[in-house]
Amino acid sequence: MIPMTLTVNGQSYQLTVEPRWLLADVLREQLHLTGTHLGCEHGVCGACTVLWDGRPVRSCLTLAVTADGANILTIEGLAAEGILHPVQEAFWQEHALQCGFCTPGFILTAVHLLQENPEPTREEIREALAGNLCRCTGYQHIVNAVQRAAAALSDNHGHAPSGQ
Amino acid sequence: MKPPAFAYYRPETVQEALQLLQKVNDAKILAGGQSLIPMLNMRLARPAAVIDINRLRELTEIQEYPDHLLVGALVRHYQLMESPLVRRFAPVVAEAERHIGHAAIRTRGTIGGSLSHADPAAELPLLATLGDWELHVASATGARVIPAREFFLGYLMTALGADELVTHIRVPKATGVSRFSEFALRAGDFALVSAAVSLNLDAHQKIDHLRLALGGVGETPWREPAIEAHYRGSEASPNLWTVIATEVADLIDPPEDLHASAAYRRQLARALLEKTLAETAADARQTLTKGGPAS
Repeated sequence: MIPMTLTVNGQSYQLTVEPRWLLADVLREQLHLTGTHLGCEHGVCGACTVLWDGRPVRSCLTLAVTADGANILTIEGLAAEGILHPVQEAFWQEHALQCGFCTPGFILTAVHLLQENPEPTREEIREALAGNLCRCTGYQHIVNAVQRAAAALSDNHGHAPSGQ
Repeated sequence: MKPPAFAYYRPETVQEALQLLQKVNDAKILAGGQSLIPMLNMRLARPAAVIDINRLRELTEIQEYPDHLLVGALVRHYQLMESPLVRRFAPVVAEAERHIGHAAIRTRGTIGGSLSHADPAAELPLLATLGDWELHVASATGARVIPAREFFLGYLMTALGADELVTHIRVPKATGVSRFSEFALRAGDFALVSAAVSLNLDAHQKIDHLRLALGGVGETPWREPAIEAHYRGSEASPNLWTVIATEVADLIDPPEDLHASAAYRRQLARALLEKTLAETAADARQTLTKGGPAS
């Protein structure tokens, strides 16, 4: 067992982990942050996506020990003081989910996309979300939601909650 | 779908990593983990030990030299994509990086890992072959330099010894104009076929320098310098791109699998090569009229 420090959603944790434990499992089993979902567990579905120092990673393709000292944002840390992040709000407004299993990964991937590219085209949104799979609804409403979030974020420029 | 147990080593220096590689049996090197960890999760790989090199800060920089960049093996894909040095001196690398996996893969995956994994459809092995990159490799008993075209031996097989680690990659500064293109079923998937071209034209629109490489058409990236030499001095024209692409497509022996037949891959190779040659030539002409670096 190896000691490590992990900052998750702004809170610092001292943990002891087995080297073979995945970051996703530590988030879910040790920290009980079960919003990070595990779908395929080999890097294809994107459901387990979290932000590591602001960049998306597959938490199922990351050994927790390698994240020692990292600053992780999970879906639980995105809403600030009970107010949904504009991407969450837009997913709600646009009915961009059905069962919701894939949604945390989509939302965090979209948050990163909009930080890098605040006004993406539909094509760019589709390309950026190609690593996330939804098996319920298709992608039309998800793309709509990201466009809506982009518009909302540019209206609130400078005042938007960034999650962290 | 969880990794099996393994002995875990986390060296802080390259020297320490090399000693571990020599001492520990059946060890796999963990860099970005974007190929190794899926194999661990699916238990396709069950190494006795994992040597995690993510703390080797010596391998995280991109340094500029007069005629090349020296890229640390731990430089991540997103850093290659964003690096001003790469964008200026090896712009085709930044262009191709956009096609490597998804943003989440580019956050973690490394140049050294991608080259050592040696997937024949991957982008960086193709560019290494096109650009005559050299792999700086070290072990506890010495160091050597392996040219890219001698590094890739077969599907997921390289010239790297069990006790050796890729430490740096020498990327020559571009002397010609280079372009890259690929066809994948979905954004972020491995390409069915990819093509890369490096080209210079002289003042009379004749080919002064030509390199062609293809990915996904064999066990290693394809390149054939004899063909490149044959067309040196030829006059640039759309017809010539068709001739070259057709000749190359007839030479290759692409594999067949669930995703594409050999005939379809051959057709893709021809189309991508022709398109990439035309795009590269258009860029090369612009460089000429601007009086840029083309010789």
